[in-house]
Amino acid sequence: MSEGFDADVIIAGAGVAGATLALGLAQGGLKPLLIDPVPFESQLAPTFDGRAWAIAYAAYRQWRALGLAEALDPHAQRIEQILVTDGRTPGAAAAAQTPFFLRFDSDEIADRSDGEPLGYLLENRHVRAAVADALAAAGVEVLAPARVASATFGARCAEVTLADGRVLRAPLVVGAEGRGSIIREQAGIGAIGWDYGQTGVVATVRLERPHEGVAHEYFLPGGPFAILPLTDNRASLVWTESAARGAALKSARPEMFQAHLERRFGDFLGDVQVEGPVFAYPLNLQLAERLAAPRVALLGDAAHGVHPIAGQGLNLGLKGSAALAETLVEAARLGEDIGSEVVLERYAAWRRFDTVMLSAGMDAFVHLFSNDNPLLRLGRGIGMAAVNRIAPARRFFMHEAGGAVGDLPKLLRGEAL
Amino acid sequence: MAVSSIDPAEVERFSRIAAEWWDPKGKFAPLHKFNPVRLAFIRDQALYRFGRDPKARRPFEGLRLLDIGCGGGLLSEPMTRLGFAVTGVDASERNIATAATHAAEQGLEIDYRASTAEALLEAGEPPFDVILNMEVIEHVADPGEYLRACARLLKPGGLMIVATMNRTLKAFALAKVGAEYVLRWLPAGTHDWSRFLKPAEIRDFLSGEPVEVDGPYGVVFNPLTGRWTESTDTDVNYMMTVVRDAA
Repeated sequence: MSEGFDADVIIAGAGVAGATLALGLAQGGLKPLLIDPVPFESQLAPTFDGRAWAIAYAAYRQWRALGLAEALDPHAQRIEQILVTDGRTPGAAAAAQTPFFLRFDSDEIADRSDGEPLGYLLENRHVRAAVADALAAAGVEVLAPARVASATFGARCAEVTLADGRVLRAPLVVGAEGRGSIIREQAGIGAIGWDYGQTGVVATVRLERPHEGVAHEYFLPGGPFAILPLTDNRASLVWTESAARGAALKSARPEMFQAHLERRFGDFLGDVQVEGPVFAYPLNLQLAERLAAPRVALLGDAAHGVHPIAGQGLNLGLKGSAALAETLVEAARLGEDIGSEVVLERYAAWRRFDTVMLSAGMDAFVHLFSNDNPLLRLGRGIGMAAVNRIAPARRFFMHEAGGAVGDLPKLLRGEAL
Repeated sequence: MAVSSIDPAEVERFSRIAAEWWDPKGKFAPLHKFNPVRLAFIRDQALYRFGRDPKARRPFEGLRLLDIGCGGGLLSEPMTRLGFAVTGVDASERNIATAATHAAEQGLEIDYRASTAEALLEAGEPPFDVILNMEVIEHVADPGEYLRACARLLKPGGLMIVATMNRTLKAFALAKVGAEYVLRWLPAGTHDWSRFLKPAEIRDFLSGEPVEVDGPYGVVFNPLTGRWTESTDTDVNYMMTVVRDAA
């Protein structure tokens, strides 16, 4: 780090993607500085948010390479199988299996990924706790609570002014504060997006029957829903509702909520016990017009907020963390200016294709599967059945979902920086 | 030439030219794509030669480096960040003013001079630990004289890296016709193929000097990834190392 700078990289937003980037940079010998408006400790409380992440196996490798495995392994539920079912109603799908379904099995790709599962289910609070410990162990400075008021991007450095008047300088600022990124706005980078008019509802339940590491995804006319296995024979339920019903469910009494679950999921679920609070998130898609500009790079939802339907939002962010960390560490090793357009363009080019493809794919997916048009139903059913019969196609989808397709950053291959 | 000796209107003009030099999508885009692979080669060779710590942020502290034909400073600036005390030399006054303006903006201290290797030698310039001779030799009138002058500016035990293009049909097809006329990476007329040098000619030029020449080390471009990498293929772009015998 040169004189006059507070860090090599200022990262606005100490969420999972931003914090993982900080760990990668620190491992590569750079000095990151994290800023977050929410005190870090309160993000660790179980009530902070109830989300569980389906982490692609390549993204999990990155955490392993960053030394988080010991803390995460006890809480990581392996996903051995994913069953995708297209049904008119859940009850019908349960009683008589529809002819159209997809089955992804980790055994099929075991030879290519050393017996890794398809992915892992991890609760957000466990991820945050592990990341927080790793940040402390790596000596990464975290300013929280601290709010970014403004930022300027000069020829030599970026200056971030905090709400309390403090001014911080670094060759590069990363905006990783989510969809409403102040850094993105200050850099004059626009965003395009649209709202699905739907709410994603998330609840954790204790299951009566063992889940055996199988994740289910059902595509129903009212929108998709997923039953994702958690440790301790629990599951995370994720489904979509209209915005109005989502809001009502969030504040519904427990017995009302339980009754709604039974109606919505039919006899799939068996007897379940809701644990902890219910969460509702509006579903929308938002893409930044650029991933980088001189002295600024965007990461995670600040760059691309996608519909969380297949759990790809965070995985995209984590791929971004790995690519950005490697780009910057490599550039610093060569003596390059890490905040220059020359260097940041490498990160943008590396991520651009993936981001656009996945976002467009997710969007098409949602529209295709949230529709009850009989022609579409038949078409997607045939498509699913075809993919299921063609093993190479199935393996490709699994590698894609696992995040292991394309020119992988070192951290996603499980290598240290 | 120090920046302070230039008038403000000139600084403004050079600042604009500097922005052009440093624009990754501008007319120097091919050079920016090429830069990482040669920076990595220089770094690895110098780490090995001087036994420096690869983990250090500034591994080359205390070493003097001469960048000949420095242009806008695309090598001089990274070398300064890696700890070298850098002297950047270019025959073009305009390039030197541009490079000095950009370095000042970056807060980097670099000794930029409008001069040549021969002039430095004649003026009795103290010798250097490292000399970068990158993509220059194919543009000079008398490459033999020029290379020998450079070799004499090396300290005993000092390292020079020479990068240039091979005089092969493949180089003619790719570097001359391909890069200038088909892909339009470079302005037509940038390179004169007949001036490209074979590795053996570089050895011959230096055969009377107390130096050890190694290489060639090839560099190739992969059009699929858009990246340059080191390679055993030396038919087009290649680099050689020259180490002056210890006293």
